[in-house]
Amino acid sequence: MAYISVKRPKFSLLDRLYVVELVKGLGITFKHLALSLVGKSRGKGDFSKEGVGVCMQFPEERWDARLPEYYRGAPTLVRGEDGRERCVSCQLCEFICPARAIKVTPGSVDENSSCAKQEKAPAEFEIDMLRCIYCGMCQEVCPEQAIFLSKEYLITPQDRKDAVRNKETLYRLGGTRKGLVNKWNQYK
Amino acid sequence: MTCICNWWNDLMSNPIWFYLIATILKLVLMFAVILAFVVLSVWIERRVAGWIQDRPGPNRAGLPLFLLERFGSKQKQPLKDVLHFFGIPETSWIAKLCTWLRFDREIPTFGLIQPCLDGGKLFLKQEFTPSYVRKAYFIVAPMLVLGPPMVAAAVIPFASSVETAYGTISMCVANLGIGPLWIFAVSGLSVYGLTLAGWSSNSKFPFLGGLRATAQLISYEVSMGLSVIPLLMMFGTLNLQEIVQFQADNGWTLLPLWGEGLSLQRWAMLAPLALSFLIFVTCVFAEANRTPFDMAECETDLVGGYHTEYSSMKFASFFMGEYAAMVIGSAIVVTLFLGGWSIGFGADAWVAAHCGPWWAVTAQFCMFLIKLLAFIFFFVWVRWTLPRFRWDQVMKLGWLVFLELAVANIFLAAAVMYFIQ
Repeated sequence: MAYISVKRPKFSLLDRLYVVELVKGLGITFKHLALSLVGKSRGKGDFSKEGVGVCMQFPEERWDARLPEYYRGAPTLVRGEDGRERCVSCQLCEFICPARAIKVTPGSVDENSSCAKQEKAPAEFEIDMLRCIYCGMCQEVCPEQAIFLSKEYLITPQDRKDAVRNKETLYRLGGTRKGLVNKWNQYK
Repeated sequence: MTCICNWWNDLMSNPIWFYLIATILKLVLMFAVILAFVVLSVWIERRVAGWIQDRPGPNRAGLPLFLLERFGSKQKQPLKDVLHFFGIPETSWIAKLCTWLRFDREIPTFGLIQPCLDGGKLFLKQEFTPSYVRKAYFIVAPMLVLGPPMVAAAVIPFASSVETAYGTISMCVANLGIGPLWIFAVSGLSVYGLTLAGWSSNSKFPFLGGLRATAQLISYEVSMGLSVIPLLMMFGTLNLQEIVQFQADNGWTLLPLWGEGLSLQRWAMLAPLALSFLIFVTCVFAEANRTPFDMAECETDLVGGYHTEYSSMKFASFFMGEYAAMVIGSAIVVTLFLGGWSIGFGADAWVAAHCGPWWAVTAQFCMFLIKLLAFIFFFVWVRWTLPRFRWDQVMKLGWLVFLELAVANIFLAAAVMYFIQ
């Protein structure tokens, strides 16, 4: 097997005495300390407006504006542009969810509605936010593009019951998505 | 009133009662200083660590003003009312400063009460004792870690002495003639705590941690004891109060700028003394189990080291013991090398002559605390600079470098004292 021989660096006596290097190291850390204290840490830029170091002072300053497109926050259910609730209660998300956070109770669709063809819609759709691990598998597996991870990251339930989000909440948080899913249109 | 005065007079005129009361007062003061400094040094550690790593560290833990609402106050922002009361406009720099200091949201403590809150949290945590430990030793071990530093502190002088109407009070709890020896002997005892903790936990990693603590302490205690011998040769006494008095009169060990310190001999002595300082400080680091010598609890190879199995207040006593050892280590370095309570440049005698002995003692006490704080900062600074040594490197450094250096240093100091007069 091929190998690369790594040459150990030869240390001079001065290096091996350790004292000079120690003082150099202390100098570096002290520079960081001093720059932090005057609020001019390296790489600070526009990262934090005030205060010490390269840190956002969380509740006052927020990361929100810098969240990337692909940020995985709390999962939500979405409606289509036509106002149709996209979920057809196939329960794939429930089965794929590694944390078993999702619980779907299937129900039927009103026969007179425009999307009667889809036959099923969730009677209740619950996500336990204490179990959710924000992996995004539900979004990936959904054949109907009905469940999406939002950018919401501040989830503070007051008790365990409060942490379970029902269908109504999920649709309210999800809002409407662009793009029509036409396959359930009865005229197609 | 007179009756109380007379009674007090009679009581204090009895030398035994006078000694007892003075000692208890000094004891309480010393104990309070150490405990306060333990808390303070935790705060310093976390803040300085933060600054060195470009972050603020614990800067909150204020008393939030929304608590007022809970207690029935209707006002949301009392700051506005206060400003209005004093007639300060809300756009003035005072108002801006108050806002910057978060007075409008909370009563700020700059994170100072964070260690106290952490202590409270540890106090309220579940005390979990594994079933397989040896109970008696398991319980005794934390006490053995916390106790010795407190006892060692007894001989450290925190100010000079004061003449009162009833007798002289020397401002250290026990004015022993064997100061440094007492400290070495007693602080060496704290390793029993670590070893017992490691052994009684009855599991692998704590045991290894305890073993490492023992080996490390023995190795470095030797060089530590040898490294102070040049100093003792110069001072000619083992009494710490006299040692500091000597430094106040003749220049600090490492700063001989006044009194007899200006002689050629003292300046030539600086070489062996600086070497002593280097060895001694390193050994204090090793003794206090601080990075870069925290082999006994290094997380990367030993989980938590000797306190892996401990929780709640037992863990807190280990934690406090460690920081108490650091405070006492700083105190002894300050006392031996940096002039102890001495203000320096002959100012001690001047203050005592012009402002009275009590002012002198107060100034000296403050000076001692300032020096102590500065050295604690140095402790912390080194911790966040150096990575941990490997175990064999630590042993090699102790036995093959420092021991030889310390012994050679004694001869060097003797030569300087003999040849340069």
